[in-house]
Amino acid sequence: MAKFLLRRFVNYLILVALATSLGYMVAATSLHPRSNFEGRNPPPPKASVDAKLDALNMNNETPVLTRFERWAVPALHGDFGKTIDGQKVSTEMGRRMGVTLRLLLIGSVIGGVLGVALGVVSAVKQYQFTDYSATIASFVVLSIPVFLLAVLLKVGALNVNNHVGHTLLYYTGEKTPGLGGGVWTHFTDRFQHFVLPTLSLVLGQIAFYSRYQRSAMLDVLGSDFLRTAQAKGLRRRDALIKHGLRTALIPMATFFAYEFGLLLTGAVFTEKIFGWHGMGEWFVDSVTKNDVNTVAVVTAFSAVLVLIAGMIADLAYAALDPRVRI
Amino acid sequence: MPAEIEPSPAIAVEAALVEDLEDVTRGRLVLRRFLRKKIAVGGLIVLVLLIAFAFGGPYLSKWDYRSTDYNSFLQKPSSTHWFGTTQIGQDVYAQTLRGLQKSLVIGLLTAFFSTGLAAAVGASAGYFGGWTDRVLMWFVDLLLVLPQFLIIAILSPSFRGKTWLVFVFLLAAFSWMVTARIVRGLTLSLKEQEFVQAARFTGVPARKIIFRHLLPNMSSFLIIDATLNVGGAILAETGLSYFGFGVQSPDVSLGTLIAAGTRSAITFPWLFLFAGGALIITVLSVSVIGDGLRDALDPNSATSIKP
Repeated sequence: MAKFLLRRFVNYLILVALATSLGYMVAATSLHPRSNFEGRNPPPPKASVDAKLDALNMNNETPVLTRFERWAVPALHGDFGKTIDGQKVSTEMGRRMGVTLRLLLIGSVIGGVLGVALGVVSAVKQYQFTDYSATIASFVVLSIPVFLLAVLLKVGALNVNNHVGHTLLYYTGEKTPGLGGGVWTHFTDRFQHFVLPTLSLVLGQIAFYSRYQRSAMLDVLGSDFLRTAQAKGLRRRDALIKHGLRTALIPMATFFAYEFGLLLTGAVFTEKIFGWHGMGEWFVDSVTKNDVNTVAVVTAFSAVLVLIAGMIADLAYAALDPRVRI
Repeated sequence: MPAEIEPSPAIAVEAALVEDLEDVTRGRLVLRRFLRKKIAVGGLIVLVLLIAFAFGGPYLSKWDYRSTDYNSFLQKPSSTHWFGTTQIGQDVYAQTLRGLQKSLVIGLLTAFFSTGLAAAVGASAGYFGGWTDRVLMWFVDLLLVLPQFLIIAILSPSFRGKTWLVFVFLLAAFSWMVTARIVRGLTLSLKEQEFVQAARFTGVPARKIIFRHLLPNMSSFLIIDATLNVGGAILAETGLSYFGFGVQSPDVSLGTLIAAGTRSAITFPWLFLFAGGALIITVLSVSVIGDGLRDALDPNSATSIKP
């Protein structure tokens, strides 16, 4: 077991290194930090622009491999260089990482659990009202991109707020700045800010997992081992959960690994639209600001997350499927 | 024991039935199964209407998506401007149709290229095995680590000002990996079958085996995958365009329209509602068609929507 995990881990480590290098190279060749400094009036002398760019290690006249080396060697020690505004990338990252991680963790846990539950209910009640409504709802939700869903939620929240008469649901930021009061006030305030962004991410996740869980569960429902479990005296409910669900969960591990990349992309939209200052918002702003170092770091961050998701999927697979010996 | 065996009436009836069944070609059988799914047929009708509307609709109105009407800014839908006007007097109807055209074309082209690329890479990896397989699958792993959105967003400055076809190629280039893995798996089991072995031992070159024997045998899967990819491609395109990383002005796509409309979504809902509605209906109809095709082409797979 340990040996297998170690081998996977080394494999993943190499992939992260390659993905980060690729991200840096693409960012360094495609973005033009020079235009940030040149486009001023009166135009600054070339020497001063070069000096500024050299200080940031973003001068496009330096060969890209040299720039990469200058960035990558300190990066291995946790120093990811400077943003285009001269701030340290690692400081900013420390501040933003938590926001994104919280969003992703809650999104995948709530989405996964509710999605699986909905899929199981749908399969057990196949061709009944519950099943049809769940199916139609998830097809519709899967056709709505996160950015449109977020806007629709905003409009809906405004209507709710108008109806209630005071602000029940907030749609900007994570908390009300400068809020007084005790712990409870802060908690409710956070929660009021948290509902809409989470919904915008979680609805799609629920729809996605419920579709696959439903078909996996349907495959299992007709199987002999489930009939046997009931024949030996297990109640249907117990048989379904202990034998049926466990088997039907196995393919979900693979889908989790694939879906995580899409969840990351969704988080970019959620953060940007609801004004959460996380990694996704940082990424979009950095691409528009030609901030090479930051873009490379966010790429590395997402590569690490995707691979952690893959690792979790591997472990879940091993835990669920007794045929897997590792 | 009678010397000759008279065919019993039952066998004769069965033979007639078989003959009858043989008249039904596979294509007709698939069509019949597809037509039985009313939702999928509905999706197909809606999609055809949408395409007709996107390309024929502009001729019904006198406004062009680039023209501006200086007499009406931010007007509600009316008889002159069917879907209303924007802040600078552009006609929302003309813009929505233009955006729909772009999104549809980009979605269809991307899905086609993406599935094609996946088929070629996956089949080569599976058929040749060994180092080809290892290198290609490593490449797949590497690309799977980088979310498509991130990498195309980073690349966006390099195709700004160039033709939108570059954008299509990029979308396709970063969306084929999962399909390629499945194609590889299918190839691994197909290549052990007699007809492929026979072809190989009679000296048919590998390229011909892949394109003439392997890929046609997984055409059902490829068709379904391409259809489902259309929806994914449209969602990816609109998402990138939403942030300005995709289709560039003066051209419009549903993504740029929704982005422009959401800034004032609450006060002037017509600015994004038509584009948003068109987007949802398009993706929904494509995914329903894909689902129906899966049931029609591959009846053993678990169905998602029954009737």
